[in-house]
Amino acid sequence: MSGNDNGIVLTEEQKRRRRARSIAIALSLGVLVILFYVVTLVKGPAVLIRPL
Amino acid sequence: MSLASDGAELSRPLGPAFARAEPSLAGVEDYLALLKPRVMSLVVFTALVGLLVAPGHVHPVIGFTALLCIAIGAGASGALNMWYDADIDAVMTRTARRPIPAGRVQPGEALAFGTTLAVFSVAVFGVLVSWFAAALLAFTIFFYVFVYTMWLKRLTPQNIVIGGAAGALPPVVGWAAVTGDISLAPVLMFLIIFLWTPPHFWALSLLKSDDYARAGVPMLPVVAGLDETRRQILIYTLVLAPVGLAPSFFGFAGYLYGAVALACGAMMLILAWRVYRDRTGQAAVSAARKLFAFSLLYVFALFAALLADNLLTRLGYGL
Repeated sequence: MSGNDNGIVLTEEQKRRRRARSIAIALSLGVLVILFYVVTLVKGPAVLIRPL
Repeated sequence: MSLASDGAELSRPLGPAFARAEPSLAGVEDYLALLKPRVMSLVVFTALVGLLVAPGHVHPVIGFTALLCIAIGAGASGALNMWYDADIDAVMTRTARRPIPAGRVQPGEALAFGTTLAVFSVAVFGVLVSWFAAALLAFTIFFYVFVYTMWLKRLTPQNIVIGGAAGALPPVVGWAAVTGDISLAPVLMFLIIFLWTPPHFWALSLLKSDDYARAGVPMLPVVAGLDETRRQILIYTLVLAPVGLAPSFFGFAGYLYGAVALACGAMMLILAWRVYRDRTGQAAVSAARKLFAFSLLYVFALFAALLADNLLTRLGYGL
């Protein structure tokens, strides 16, 4: 989309901050995936047993 | 309104108001600030001690997961607190530079951030560690956000006394993550932080009473005066010092912890007495500042001693 009157044109600083936020979200999701994977390995079949 | 018309509403092009909406200026560091990292450090440390001194074994990965969830849950509470309190944060010098009053984070962004983290921290804690401990974490977040922030903070000078329960629960959550229950030991840890909170916060509020008055927050110095606050600080510290020794009395900790609790409790009492005695001029400011600074060390020292004592006992070197 070209920068015209109908759209929002981000400044370079805003683009940099948006990119940093996106990377942070991606890293957080990656950590969550790895966490579930590792806990599954640690618990083995017991991962389905969730005591109250 | 029918579902069809709802769809029609949603399918309409965004109006000029949306087209002019400012893009977010928030950086990653602003979102990290919403998590109140300094408060989180105390929460994580006390939860770690609760987790490590609990009887039984927990796999390091599960223990790490529990701590991560407790940290994220505490951060979520902080973000939701900053969302709700943005109006009073803006008029207090101590908090005016926080991301929302400074205009770097929009209130809606903080609300969405805090809510998402709160839900995820509890859900992941429940699925990967324990639903009982997750329920305790959920209660902690609920208590801090709804009971303390939304209800008590602007209503009563007892706000931080009752609200202190939220800050006192993390070691109980850590303990419950291992044992799946609550016994006397985590209750004692809870009581130490619960009774420590009033002298700690009131020492700060003595220094910042003008700020709280301007913001309309009914902290004790604003409502009851500085002298009454000094009296209450001394009373709570007189109760805190013996309760700090209770883990040794009840056999939950040994002499090492007892010695540290005795020394730190005595120091807290001396500093609280000075706050009570020195009521004017620079001496009063200095006394309050010293009590506030030492109170931070007090809680870290007691929980570190509890951990060290417990580890020595497990290794066969208990005193």
